[in-house]
Amino acid sequence: MNHLILGPLLLPLLAGALSVLLVNQSLFRQRLLGLTSCLAVTVMSTALIYQSATEPIQVYVLGDWRPPFGIVMVLDRLSAMMILITSLLAFLCLIYAAQETDRQGKNFHALFQFQIMGINGAFLTGDIFNLFVFFEVMLLSSYGLILHGAGRYRTRAGLHYVILNLVGSSIFLVAVGVLYGLLGTLNMADLAVRMTHAPAENAALLKAAGLILFSVFALKAALLPLCFWLPSAYGFTSAPVAALFAVMTKVGVYAILRIYTLIFGDGAGVAANLITPWLMPIALTTLVAGAIGLVAGTDLRQISSYLVLMSVGTLLAVIGTFDMAAIAAAMVYLPHTTFMTAGMFLTADMIDRQRPDAGTGLTPDQPVRQKTLLGFLFLGTAVSIVGLPPLSGFTAKVMMLMTVQSHSAAPWLWALMLAGGLISLIVLGRAGTIIFWKTLPENPLHTSRAISFVHAFPALTLLSISPLLVLLGGPISEFAYATADQITRPAQYVEAVLGLDNAVLLLQSKGG
Amino acid sequence: MELLISACLGVMIACGVYLLLRARTFSVVLGLILMSFAVNFFLFITGRLHTDLPAIISPDRSIYADPLPQALVLTAIVIGFAMTAFVVVLALRAGRELETDHVDGKPEKTQ
Repeated sequence: MNHLILGPLLLPLLAGALSVLLVNQSLFRQRLLGLTSCLAVTVMSTALIYQSATEPIQVYVLGDWRPPFGIVMVLDRLSAMMILITSLLAFLCLIYAAQETDRQGKNFHALFQFQIMGINGAFLTGDIFNLFVFFEVMLLSSYGLILHGAGRYRTRAGLHYVILNLVGSSIFLVAVGVLYGLLGTLNMADLAVRMTHAPAENAALLKAAGLILFSVFALKAALLPLCFWLPSAYGFTSAPVAALFAVMTKVGVYAILRIYTLIFGDGAGVAANLITPWLMPIALTTLVAGAIGLVAGTDLRQISSYLVLMSVGTLLAVIGTFDMAAIAAAMVYLPHTTFMTAGMFLTADMIDRQRPDAGTGLTPDQPVRQKTLLGFLFLGTAVSIVGLPPLSGFTAKVMMLMTVQSHSAAPWLWALMLAGGLISLIVLGRAGTIIFWKTLPENPLHTSRAISFVHAFPALTLLSISPLLVLLGGPISEFAYATADQITRPAQYVEAVLGLDNAVLLLQSKGG
Repeated sequence: MELLISACLGVMIACGVYLLLRARTFSVVLGLILMSFAVNFFLFITGRLHTDLPAIISPDRSIYADPLPQALVLTAIVIGFAMTAFVVVLALRAGRELETDHVDGKPEKTQ
C-alpha cells in the first residue's frame, strides 16, 4: 500500500494539534508550523497527482480491514487533482493570513490545518459515512474560521451558515441511513455494485435517498434554492478565509460528480441517471441568479461572492450533460475558477486597505496608494474571470462551449454562459472604473499603509497561475480527458476497490 | 411497534422543523436538537427492529443484531453533541453582539 495517500490527511492533523499546544506561544512558531505543513502537503499532492496520472486507481485500506467492511481511501485522478488545488490554495491563503488576519484571534492556525484535513479527507474517502465525518471536520473548522475576527455582520452571517449546515448534516444522515438500510453497505464502490441489483420494489426509497443526498451536496455547492447563505457568509468573513472557501463549494461539486457517476450513474439499475433531469436546469438558474446578484452588487467583496456562485453554476451546468468531453472541459475550468475567485477576494481585501472611507464599496473615494500593483492585480484577475483572451478563463470557457455543442440543451448553455460572461465583464468593468478612475482629490491627512511584496505575493501567484494554465494547456487538457474518462467509467473504480469480479457485475448490468 | 416508532419519528421531525422556522435563536437551537435526536433514532433503527438478538457470535443462534448502525449512531451522536454545544455558544454570542435574539439580528419592536 502507498502510505503517501494518507499524508495530506495526517500532516495537517498533526500540525493542527501542535498549533493548539502552541496557542499561547509566539505567533511566529505557529506560522512557521502552519506554512511548513501546507508546503509539505503541496509537495505530497504533487507527487500524488503524478502517481495518479501514471498508475491505475490506488486504494489505501485503513487498518487492513478489507473493503467493503473497512474504510478505504481512494486516490484517482479526480481526487488527486482536487487535493493539489486545495493544498496550493491553502498555502497561498496562509501566507496572506500570516500578514495580519491570524492576529485577530487565537487558534486561527489550528482551525486552518483542520480545515485542510477535512477538505482533503472528503476528496479522498471511499466510504459514504466517512464522507459525512470529513464534511463535519471541514464544517466545524469552517465555523471557527468564518467567525474569526468577529464583528456584527460576521456573527449574523456565521449564525445562518452554521444553522443551515447543521440541518444539512442531519439530512445527510437520513440519506445515508436509508441507503444502508436498503443496500446494507456504506462503501461507495460496494454501493455502486449493489445498486445495480437493487429490486424494483425499493426503487422509490433509493431514488428518494439519492435526491436527499443531492440536496445536501447542493447546499454545500450553493445551488440555487440553497445558495442564499453564500454571499453574506463569504462577503463578511476575512479575506484569506473567503479565498480558501472558494474551494469549499467545489467539495459539493466534487461530491455530486463522484456520487452521481459512481452510485447513481448509467449502471444504477432502478435509480440510473438519477439527477440528469435536475442538475443542468438548477445549475443554469444558479448561473442566472449569480449574474443578477452581480449586477446588484455594491461592494467588491459581495461581487466576488456572486462570482463564486456563477462559477459553481457554470461548472455544474457543464457537468450536468454527463458527457465525457464536457466533464473534461469542466475539469479544466475548475482549477481556473477556484484560483481566480480566490485571487479576487485577496485583491478586494488589499484594495480595502488603501481606500480609507469607502473600503470595497463601489462609491468614489481617494485613489489607492499603489495604483500600479492593485490595478494590475484587479485587471488581470478580472480579465481571467470574465474569460477574455489571453488568460485561462478564455481557453476554459471555449473548451466548455465546444464540448457541449452536440447536447440538446446547448442553446441554453451557450446563451446563459455567454450572457453571464458579458454581465461579469460589465460589472467588473464598472467596479474597476469606480475604484481606480472615479477618484476624489487626494487628502494628505489620510495616508494608508503600503502593501509589502510578501502581502501581495499570494494574489500575484494566483494570478500567474492563469497564464500557466494556458501555456500548459496541452498536458492539462490531456489530464482532464483522462480524468473524465476515469469518472465516466465507474467500473475502474469498483475494480480498484473490490476486485475484478465486482466490476464485471457492474459492467453486465450496464449492458443488460 | 413499527407504527409507534414511525409516529415518534414523524412527530419529532415535525416539531423540530416547526421550531427551526421560528425567529428566535433559542427555539431554533431546540429545533436543531430535536432534529438530530430524530435522525439519530432513525439511524439506529436502520439495523431493523429486533429484540433479544446477540450482538456477537454465539453458537446457538443464527441471526444477529446489526452492529454497524450502532457504531454509526454513536459517531453521529458525538458529532451532533459537539455541534449543538457550538451552536449554543454562537447563539449566545450573537445575542450579545446583535443585542437581540432574533435570527436575522433585527432590533426588537417597541410596543
